[in-house]
Amino acid sequence: MTQDSPYPWREEGATPFIKIEGLSKRFGSFTAVDDVSLDIFKGELFGLLGGSGCGKTTLLRMLAGFETPTSGSIFIDGADMTHVPPYERPVNMMFQSYALFPHMSVEKNIAYGLKRDGVNRSEISDRVAEMLKMVELSEFGRRKPSQLSGGQRQRVALARALVKRPKVLLLDEPLAALDKRLREQTQFELMNIQDQLGVTFVVVTHDQEEAMTLSTRIAVMDAGRFIQIGEPAEIYENPASSFIANFIGSANLLPAKILERHGGVAVLEHSGSKRQFKVATDSTQVGDTPTLAIRPEKILIDKAPLNQCDNQLQGTVREVAYLGKISTYRVETDIGEIIEVTAPNQVRPTGVGHKIDWDDSVHLGWNADSAVLLAE
Amino acid sequence: MAESTAAVNSGMLSRLGNWLQARWQSIITAIPLFWLLLFFLAPFFIVLKISVAESLIASPPFSSLFEWGEGLLPSVSVTAENYSYLWEDDLYVRTYLSSLKIASISTLLCLLVGYPIAYAISRADGAMRYILLFLVILPFWTSFLLRVYAWMGLLADQGTFNNLLMWLGVIEKPIRLLYTQFAVYVGIVYSYLPFMILPLYANMEKLDNSMQEAAADLGARPAAGFFTVTLPLTAPGILAGCLLVFIPATGEFVIPDLLGGGNVLMIGRVLYGEFNSNHDWPVASAVAIALLIVLVLPMMLYHRVQARNAEQNT
Repeated sequence: MTQDSPYPWREEGATPFIKIEGLSKRFGSFTAVDDVSLDIFKGELFGLLGGSGCGKTTLLRMLAGFETPTSGSIFIDGADMTHVPPYERPVNMMFQSYALFPHMSVEKNIAYGLKRDGVNRSEISDRVAEMLKMVELSEFGRRKPSQLSGGQRQRVALARALVKRPKVLLLDEPLAALDKRLREQTQFELMNIQDQLGVTFVVVTHDQEEAMTLSTRIAVMDAGRFIQIGEPAEIYENPASSFIANFIGSANLLPAKILERHGGVAVLEHSGSKRQFKVATDSTQVGDTPTLAIRPEKILIDKAPLNQCDNQLQGTVREVAYLGKISTYRVETDIGEIIEVTAPNQVRPTGVGHKIDWDDSVHLGWNADSAVLLAE
Repeated sequence: MAESTAAVNSGMLSRLGNWLQARWQSIITAIPLFWLLLFFLAPFFIVLKISVAESLIASPPFSSLFEWGEGLLPSVSVTAENYSYLWEDDLYVRTYLSSLKIASISTLLCLLVGYPIAYAISRADGAMRYILLFLVILPFWTSFLLRVYAWMGLLADQGTFNNLLMWLGVIEKPIRLLYTQFAVYVGIVYSYLPFMILPLYANMEKLDNSMQEAAADLGARPAAGFFTVTLPLTAPGILAGCLLVFIPATGEFVIPDLLGGGNVLMIGRVLYGEFNSNHDWPVASAVAIALLIVLVLPMMLYHRVQARNAEQNT
């Protein structure tokens, strides 16, 4: 059984639950989804992440059956779904706008799908009550959607989509319409419900933080293609390209050239200043010209020299953004590049100003294994 | 001295300004109110007055409401005879029922034809939508009367349709189209179709596509989705369109007169006959007032639904 492992995608030869093969969708001359293939496993909370117009919503709509693929196929639980109409798919969707029926009460909205399937009355009312309880809206069954708050509507939409016990739940920007605090709270609720029911979730989002927290795995999309598929930490720590490095979090990108390599460590030269740095790598060749990417939080910043670090720079603080638990510094360095650094504010600043302030001279340092090399 | 006059003037001006500012809303609403009073309520009361008068062979052909007798106060003479006459002679009752029947069937036909058209327009994209809307409105650029006359030409015994059908060999001799109920239905449905399509379109344009998708997603086949989601959500448009067709169609005069000839009973024609052939103004006025009462009911219903919708949307 595939669901024995919490990480089925790591196993060789595991059976996927959703199998997308060579799927394309063209609208006239515009290609929204361009020949993508993907395996999603049972019980996953899979994130489709990308900017607007990257094709993530079109892909989701093809899974729901609202769009017919131009080519390729979709299998769900072994059955070919490519040309099955939406009302016959074991899939339900939570719409970005929620799409609650305004002329029906909350109960009727949730019961709608069961009624269409001809489920008997007493079972309908039991299952609706069960769903209302799960989303903590038992008191609100008789209200109309217009009499609910945004967060409550979101939960009704979730209940309506889950009541039919679909094999796959599709969520289109499920949290986009909520304010920040509610969004964080709802994120964890979604994860709990998913864990409880074991339904496979596919979530479309443009918010990388949301994708990171929710997902077991993420597919990053751009121009209709997947540019990287992996677990959140994998994508964050080993981005496949400088586009991803900047799209998921932020990164300092330095053009470089590999000079020499000793085992797992290479020495490279910064293209502008010819300054040399050490970086951990196991694939690059001498003479390659990759981009050196360093996450802002992986660089130490101090007024004193950071001799313990493999790589060091000196510079002047040009900007400080104080964000409470962390601060972000933009430092003009001696290699002629502005380097962004974030540091936790572990010490409560006493007296005037913070520890590191505008125009301070500072030292930056990072270790060889804190940076990654990107081929493109 | 001059200065102080100027100061007084500017003070008055600013006070006038303040007065206008405080009352501009009532002033603006007063204009259409006055208009309605003058051109709707005043004629209405005149007709109401005539409807309770007695018919005379005189000019004007009805008795006056007030008689100045010997006393200080005028005596008022009012009669309900004209109304009871409407009830006694079953011609009127039959005509009202016939008008309501023709208007109802025409409204239903307009809805059946107009609903899919409005839906298609609301789902057409970009420029196409505006072209289609324009085509719906286009007939208004020609006189209504001309368009009804055009239908006489099309439906006549030697008209376009009969000639075409004979040329095709479908029929041997002309069939009667003009001066039948059929012709009246064709005329009313044709003339009032835009009044059905436009409110339906306005309603459907706001309809969120994801509603129908949600219905399909939850297992509703297209027909089930239509009856459980699309139809209830377009109900306000249906109601608006139906009233806009039904109310004027009930009192329609030109279409039954020109296309129905003597064969179709409609209240507009009876009313015309009372005024112009019988010269019985009081009975004609009573016919008009009774028609108004028959039509006020659906109008009130419409306003109540409108008010409720407005309340729900806020």
